[in-house]
Amino acid sequence: MRLLKMKFTQQRQVRLAQGLWLLSWLAVMCGIFVFFLGLYLKAELLRRAEVMDNSEIHVVPNILMMVGLASIGTNWVASRVCQDSLDMSRFPRWKAFLLAWFVVATLLCFLLLTVVVLSYALQGSLEESLKVGLRNGIRFYKDTDVPGRCFQKETIDHLQMEFRCCGNNNFRDWFEVQWVSNRYLDFTSKDIKDRIRSNVDGRYLLDGVPFSCCNPASPRPCLQYRLTDNSAHHSYDYQSEELNLYNRGCRKALIDYYMGLMNSTGPGVLSVILIQMSVVLSLRYLQTAVEGSLALEDPEGDSEGYILEKGLKETFEDLKVKVLTFLKFGQVDPSTAQDSPEASDPEKASDNTTGKAASTTPAS
Amino acid sequence: MAVGKLTFTKAEREKLAEVLWMLNWISVVTGAILLSLGVFLKVEIQKWQEVMSEHGIHYVPNTLITTGLAACCINFLGGKICLDCTDTNKFLRWKLVMMPYVICTFFFTSCVLMGALMCYIIRSQLEESLLLGLRNAMRYYKDTDTPGRCYLKKTLDLLQIQFQCCGNSGYRDWFQVQWISNRYLDMTSSLVVDRLRSNVEGRYLMDGVPFSCCSTLSPRPCIQYHISNTSAHFNYDQQSQQLNLWRRGCRQALMDHYTGIMQSIGLTVLLIWLFELLVLTGVRYLQTAMENVIRLGDPDSESDGWILENSLAETARSNFNIIKNLGKCYQVDDDDPNINVPTATTEQEVPSRQVQIPVTS
Repeated sequence: MRLLKMKFTQQRQVRLAQGLWLLSWLAVMCGIFVFFLGLYLKAELLRRAEVMDNSEIHVVPNILMMVGLASIGTNWVASRVCQDSLDMSRFPRWKAFLLAWFVVATLLCFLLLTVVVLSYALQGSLEESLKVGLRNGIRFYKDTDVPGRCFQKETIDHLQMEFRCCGNNNFRDWFEVQWVSNRYLDFTSKDIKDRIRSNVDGRYLLDGVPFSCCNPASPRPCLQYRLTDNSAHHSYDYQSEELNLYNRGCRKALIDYYMGLMNSTGPGVLSVILIQMSVVLSLRYLQTAVEGSLALEDPEGDSEGYILEKGLKETFEDLKVKVLTFLKFGQVDPSTAQDSPEASDPEKASDNTTGKAASTTPAS
Repeated sequence: MAVGKLTFTKAEREKLAEVLWMLNWISVVTGAILLSLGVFLKVEIQKWQEVMSEHGIHYVPNTLITTGLAACCINFLGGKICLDCTDTNKFLRWKLVMMPYVICTFFFTSCVLMGALMCYIIRSQLEESLLLGLRNAMRYYKDTDTPGRCYLKKTLDLLQIQFQCCGNSGYRDWFQVQWISNRYLDMTSSLVVDRLRSNVEGRYLMDGVPFSCCSTLSPRPCIQYHISNTSAHFNYDQQSQQLNLWRRGCRQALMDHYTGIMQSIGLTVLLIWLFELLVLTGVRYLQTAMENVIRLGDPDSESDGWILENSLAETARSNFNIIKNLGKCYQVDDDDPNINVPTATTEQEVPSRQVQIPVTS
């Protein structure tokens, strides 16, 4: 009972081969697209690598690039198979190869599906990574004279201006960190000494933010310092002031950006999976149809194409038996163990003799 | 004495027609490139239009767009004509159109050249426009409550952030302008009142700049106010002062940006112009060769092709005469025999005879 069988005349076979050849070249283009998509995603992630703590999220573009390259090769092979299927003398050399091809192609589809799943599943990891990375960035903002951290100020400033965000969760994160370096603080001034003394760790904290938090859309010139003090500025209310600084936190801004990128690539990847699956199915039909017509004496006659020779359950049972026999080659074979010392295995020998006795008694 | 005379065999004529057909199709593509360059330039100018005082610079992208469209149409037609020129019979269809087509293409090619040259000459006009535009933008920076000017602050801030520039020629331009609106000034404060009174026009001027002038390359947090007063800030040394704000003026920054774009566009358009000139020359040779073949009567014979039938001076003179005669069309023609021309013999007047008309009763 063949699964999903279809009749193929010679003309239909030729049509299928031609159609599949075009489809496999389309799949090669899709492979190139997937590769460049992965490359672009990786480039975008690397650009902001300084505010990310770990690189777990990089597995998504890495898989995309690998799958892209593999699918270019796989689908090119499929197009060669199509070309050769029209020539009866050249097709048989692909016979042994095709099973491996099917396994690889299905594996690629599976990997693409995992990429789609991972891009959602790894959101939490990305969030954690950004949380720690941004926290460090804000902490080391003032260390422009420490090697290894001297570019943090520039990075954070550019980030806040480009993504229109301020701080980790919001602008108040800057109130908890000393972002003005001691080099630029006049320690003889009374204000500064008071402020430092009032803090437990001796840090100079203030209710101010760097200039990169300023919102250009605000109608008034930017207020950066003494933000919680309503009386410090004319006609200013801290609670209701919304336009002065960016309200968004940079963590949320970056996550929205990256999730947006990955969501927009979602439909593209799903359609690539669809195309790849149709290539797999069509090639299976072509393979069985051509093999069928090769088996028949009449090369111009009709043949049948199918997905599986037997039904789904039977194929699965066959596969299980094959795998078990393959595994059994590694075990000791009971019939050959009789020559070996029976003392080492008395139960097995007695089992054999009892078995033999049991088998002989009914006969007599 | 023809200018650029060449002899064409039948095979050469057909080859020329085929080559020109392909070149015309390539020209359609270059016409599309010209169009897209024009659109790109227009979009770039549109982005910062608010800091330009006049919009004369729009001539450049408009010229490029129209010539691009014209290129596509003319060369598409040219492709069709050249394809038909391979066969003498089909050529007869286009015989009357060919000459006007060549003249049109000649004018269009000169338009392309003009477009290319405009990209280079517009520079001084652009500088003037930016000088005035930026000065006005800075003056109206504080007017975020005035309709028509409320987005100037945002535009100017984004400009200074993106192009890493400050002010018109430098950051000191901000010292001469009141950029903080009176709405946000505490008029009861003595400091504010003193400052206002010390200025002739009652403006609140200060040695401070907006936040968008702050440089991201500075190692210290940005110093926006009391910039000229070195003692107002701790450890405010020469290096801090150099790196603190953007040093470049926005006029210079925008000039560099647009000049760069227009120079590369101008170069591309010049190359396209040379290509079009080549195509025009080829079409002219093909036209004259085909016309001569028809004049000779034998479609398989050799024929001459040229750029101009007579020398340049003679062609110019004959064209001038044509134009002169066009104007004379409505004047009295002296050679017309039907009109009485007074000569010496008519001094004797022939007396008129009265003709008696018999009156019938």
